[in-house]
Amino acid sequence: MQNREILPPPMLRIGPLRWLKDNLFSTRYNALLTFLAVVFLYLTLHPTLEWVLWHARWDAIPANLKLFLVGIYPMKDVWRVWVCVYWILLLLGLSGGLWGRLAREAALIVGSGAILLLLLPFSWMERLWILGAVLGLFGGLSIGWLLRERKSWRKDVIILWALSPLIVVLFLGGLPNNPLLSPVGTNQWGGLMLTFMLAIVGIASSFPLGVLLALGRQSSLPVIRWISILYIEVVRGVPLITVIFMTSIMLPLFLPAQVRVDQALRAMVAFALFTSAYIAENVRGGLQAVPRGQIEAAKAVGLSGMLTTFFIVLPQALRVVIPANVGQFISLFKDTALVFVASLLDLFGMAKSILANPDWLGRDREVLLFIAFVYWLFTYFLSRMSRRLEKALGVGER
Amino acid sequence: MANARRPSAPLDRMDCVETRMSDPIIVAEDVHKWFGNFHVLRGVHLTVSRGEVLVICGPSGSGKSTFIRIINRLEEHQRGRIAVDGIELTNDLRNIEAIRREIGMVFQQFNLFPHLTVFENITLAPIWARKVKRSDAEKQALELLERVGIPEQAQKYPGQLSGGQQQRVAIARALAMQPKIMLFDEPTSALDPEMIKEVLDVMGELAASGMTMIVITHEMGFAREVADRIAFFDEGRIVEAAAPVDFFTAPEHERTKLFLSQILHH
Repeated sequence: MQNREILPPPMLRIGPLRWLKDNLFSTRYNALLTFLAVVFLYLTLHPTLEWVLWHARWDAIPANLKLFLVGIYPMKDVWRVWVCVYWILLLLGLSGGLWGRLAREAALIVGSGAILLLLLPFSWMERLWILGAVLGLFGGLSIGWLLRERKSWRKDVIILWALSPLIVVLFLGGLPNNPLLSPVGTNQWGGLMLTFMLAIVGIASSFPLGVLLALGRQSSLPVIRWISILYIEVVRGVPLITVIFMTSIMLPLFLPAQVRVDQALRAMVAFALFTSAYIAENVRGGLQAVPRGQIEAAKAVGLSGMLTTFFIVLPQALRVVIPANVGQFISLFKDTALVFVASLLDLFGMAKSILANPDWLGRDREVLLFIAFVYWLFTYFLSRMSRRLEKALGVGER
Repeated sequence: MANARRPSAPLDRMDCVETRMSDPIIVAEDVHKWFGNFHVLRGVHLTVSRGEVLVICGPSGSGKSTFIRIINRLEEHQRGRIAVDGIELTNDLRNIEAIRREIGMVFQQFNLFPHLTVFENITLAPIWARKVKRSDAEKQALELLERVGIPEQAQKYPGQLSGGQQQRVAIARALAMQPKIMLFDEPTSALDPEMIKEVLDVMGELAASGMTMIVITHEMGFAREVADRIAFFDEGRIVEAAAPVDFFTAPEHERTKLFLSQILHH
């Protein structure tokens, strides 16, 4: 009773020696484990770093950078890719300025990544392009920041995002009989650009499809339920590579001869179909996690079944399954490497074909390590963003 | 089945209470309900008049909660008939939605929508189910929050409110649909003792405004002051229904006496 004033928590001061003792040498076993870990790290890291820094011949990477990034896209048209990159970065910057911390962090990470690129040994021309991208991103960021109080801008930026696919397809694919934007077939798209296109289209179309399938699986109409279950179970029972084979090689056999579906588009369809089944199962878990009381409350205030699903059930269900779905998208991003079976040259396919070139004989380790690093960079970015999204949406808090 | 049809004094009594208040808004006749093999409701007869406040009490498992959930069709009855404001409860979807628009419901666990703000919780159904203009719905939401005494919490999320505040938001949300009847399913049972009163006060004010209410509660003080009639449920039936004075001072049935002695003198 005598202690009525509010006390600050006791100060904790931990010096480096104390930290070492607490965390690494607290018991004999821990001391032993620490010692073994150090030995293990030395034995593995030392030769690896030595190879990476001194023995590896990295010359294959800068020499083929254009192939890694855009494949055999015509050199004279590469500016069109840059236009698309600028467009996206500008929008990312604007969103980062207008919206809260999540979009801003994404913009800042991408921006600092671009600045780091400037330090790498690119030609001056390429550096100029990258510099333009950095300026576009941070320009967008500052404009968005200045306009953040005007909420109507958010709607405009969302519309611009929605227009992006159109702009990207227009610039990359070109128009028939247009001297400026001459048509470039998707068979000439490649490298990281193709990887991105496959992944983004795959993610953007598998997600709504997966949600619909999950709802279909819960439907009270038996026919819809059975079709959904059949679809999900069949697709989940089949390896992805067979689905890609099916859409790229067998699909044309079933279609009339005049109908020619683009090779890259066929691969995108395969990814969307395949991933949607997994998304559906994730979302089903989320749907089941929404308490019954929520649905009853929605009914009791007079919402119809459709409105209940849209306003009450889905927002809560999707929030819970963000981590699982992002995991699914990350594996889709990496699985795009499988399109080499459809003779598309994405980042991995490009690496394979560069290695097949006699000029670059014996650079397998360097080239594969490089593309592995590129894949890791983007998947790590994705998973970090998903963790931020979970926090922002308060997953696990009711 | 002879059991279910037992002609009983409580029914007569009820009829006699009813004659004092005419104009029935809910009529239930011989309502039965089974959960699997378990016979939850075994012939419930009840008439509620417009503007009446009916308190339902009884031991847990007696079917009182199931009964009021049947009234707005969160459960289906399997025998007998129920009519709400002249609309028969059938499987017809339009009837169900029409009846749900007439009835507001407040749950023991509040069941607020955790991903929406207090304000959005209240305006969602009027805007989308009753097609009220957004500005009108928002104006009404403010008035309702004023009425339940928490206008300053409008922009918060349910998780940021105390239990008592959440339950008052739930009442406001139900009232936003401008129902003719309000159902309360143990509205204070999940609350800390110090928050019970703030919710009961709102309910008392609502009763005074002339709302027809069916309240399942064990708050006997509230029943004594606010109720027009108290119905005692046991084993899927209404054993006894009477005005509070008679119910507390001269219960007729042994079961009612036992129940009252247990909850009043512990």
